[in-house]
Amino acid sequence: MKFTMPRLTFWRAVLIIILVLGAYATFIRFFYGLGAATHLSDEFPWGIWIGFDVLCGVMLAAGGFTLMAAINIFNVKRFKPVVRPALLTAFLGYLLVCGALLFDLGKPYNIWHPLIMWNPHSVMFEVGWCVTLYTTVLAIEFAPMVFERLRMEKPLRILHFISTPIVILGVLLSTLHQSSLGSLYLIVPEKLYPLWYTPLLPVFFFISAIAVGLAMTIFESTLSARHLGHHLELPLVKDLGRIMVVVLTFYGVFRLLDLNNRGAMKYVWTFDYESSLFLVEIALSLVLPLLLMLFKQVRDSAMGLYLVSVLVVTGFITNRMNIAVTGMERASGVTYFPKWTEIVVTLAIVGVGFAAFAIATKYLPVFSANDESHLGPTAAREGAHALDQAPATFV
Amino acid sequence: MSKAILYDATLCIGCKQCEEACARENKLPYDEAVAKEEKTSDHKFTTVMSLPGDKYMRKLCMHCADPSCASVCPVGALEKTKAGPVVYDEGKCMGCRYCMVACPFSIPKYEWTKQIPRVRKCEMCKERTLTGGITACTEACPTGATMFGELDEMYALAQQRLRENPENYVKQIYGAQQGGGTSVLLLSSIPFEKFGYKSNLPNESLPALTFRVLSHIPDVVSLGFVLLGGIYWITNRREDVALAEGRQAAKPNGDKKTRGQS
Repeated sequence: MKFTMPRLTFWRAVLIIILVLGAYATFIRFFYGLGAATHLSDEFPWGIWIGFDVLCGVMLAAGGFTLMAAINIFNVKRFKPVVRPALLTAFLGYLLVCGALLFDLGKPYNIWHPLIMWNPHSVMFEVGWCVTLYTTVLAIEFAPMVFERLRMEKPLRILHFISTPIVILGVLLSTLHQSSLGSLYLIVPEKLYPLWYTPLLPVFFFISAIAVGLAMTIFESTLSARHLGHHLELPLVKDLGRIMVVVLTFYGVFRLLDLNNRGAMKYVWTFDYESSLFLVEIALSLVLPLLLMLFKQVRDSAMGLYLVSVLVVTGFITNRMNIAVTGMERASGVTYFPKWTEIVVTLAIVGVGFAAFAIATKYLPVFSANDESHLGPTAAREGAHALDQAPATFV
Repeated sequence: MSKAILYDATLCIGCKQCEEACARENKLPYDEAVAKEEKTSDHKFTTVMSLPGDKYMRKLCMHCADPSCASVCPVGALEKTKAGPVVYDEGKCMGCRYCMVACPFSIPKYEWTKQIPRVRKCEMCKERTLTGGITACTEACPTGATMFGELDEMYALAQQRLRENPENYVKQIYGAQQGGGTSVLLLSSIPFEKFGYKSNLPNESLPALTFRVLSHIPDVVSLGFVLLGGIYWITNRREDVALAEGRQAAKPNGDKKTRGQS
């Protein structure tokens, strides 16, 4: 195959600029240390590399386990056409989270230490193990796309044989570490602002991960239908939207009850720094999406569902950032705003994610279950053949 | 037995000899400029804070009985020793800084300017105290404001002082209960909050808040595996039954056939 120079589009230009700046920021981080590359301090040791890159990164990758559970455990087979993009997002997401951790860790070359130096009392230890194992599970769940492309049928049969326990393991590992990211903050009741500190943090992290997993699936399905020329399964996306409404409502009511039971309602309407950002979070993640979904025009249209999914994703990103940054500032006695290097590294990681997603959908049968035209006629026929043989669980 | 430090602020004259001794013991730079810094940092493990009216208060690692830092460290780089000190192993540390986030007293400090940074904090002179010696700060203290000994003896002494001279002290031994108790006990004539010591710490150990949840993981895994496996079995068996009864000849898809295990 002859290599042709890709056309320079607006978004590709943006990506290149971000990556060049990201490379410079990476140089600063690893040659001059965390002090030069971040606005972190003894008072504020975790910034957006933990708050966004890790907490949000893992949350945004939740579509993989949500759909795998729906399709393969609850046997809702009609969601199959959207499972592969969700798995791809999840796999890329976890790889990027691991990459981002290398920036944030003071001694990144020791990242493997938790695997041999155990401390079962540490949430971080548990998260480390779960993320390592789940990334492996995702690699196994993702592998059929590669093997199909290479038309290797024997590995596909082996993968099929182990598929059910692997899916269950993946769902369990996700349940554990999605919630454990909330448990990270259980130990700081006197530092995290009462609007966010609750013994139920792990439960809220888990439920919101499911909502965000559904929102991300709607988001990426719509986006790739628009920009990568795949067919959008509107009926499926509508169903995803409805399930999301149920999860969001449940979460909202639960959150309200918890605030009330802890006597934290008095902090809601003070309109100070924390209260304002809390209200922004609730408006974006719960109030606006649920209000919009009351309208038939919104919940039955691709554009409306896309908008709602963007709101939900933004809302829960705000939630995670509120917990990691906003809620921790007052007790620390300092204010924290990320340095440009922190922002650029984060943007570069997101950019790499988008680019990798686009490239993977181009070369792997991610959407091929319902759209094979881009593989060419022969490949399409053989691809279809491979799909017939492919493991039930992973297709 | 577990050792402890008792610091009685009413005996302190603010001479900062403890600071200097600490710097010498830990091979840290110490001069006029460092002496003026009234906060702990990666190059200052203890400090004597002062307020008008010759009020002084030391700040150093509290060496909690059940330390948050040791509980959250994913690699066990921080450890509570039987002898009392909470010690740090830089070889294990991967630099996640969860200890800094978790410590209720904000004690662990980081070498932000170094390419390969370490966590730094008071280790209660582990080379000395783990072999039966006393801490450098205690040794240097000219007035006996800082004392070192068995935890229960130090606690008894603190109680005795509160009992015998109640007019000299606020009615509290800071560290006796905070976060489940610490191996550094503080006495003061003015409220501890004035020096930045938190009054909102729970009396139970903070790691317990986490472990209450973490200890359920084996249950979640074992019950979850059975539950999810069961749901899988039921939902997929329905399909097989339907297939066997011939009700569902509509879509004999290739992938349905291959699921033979259930």
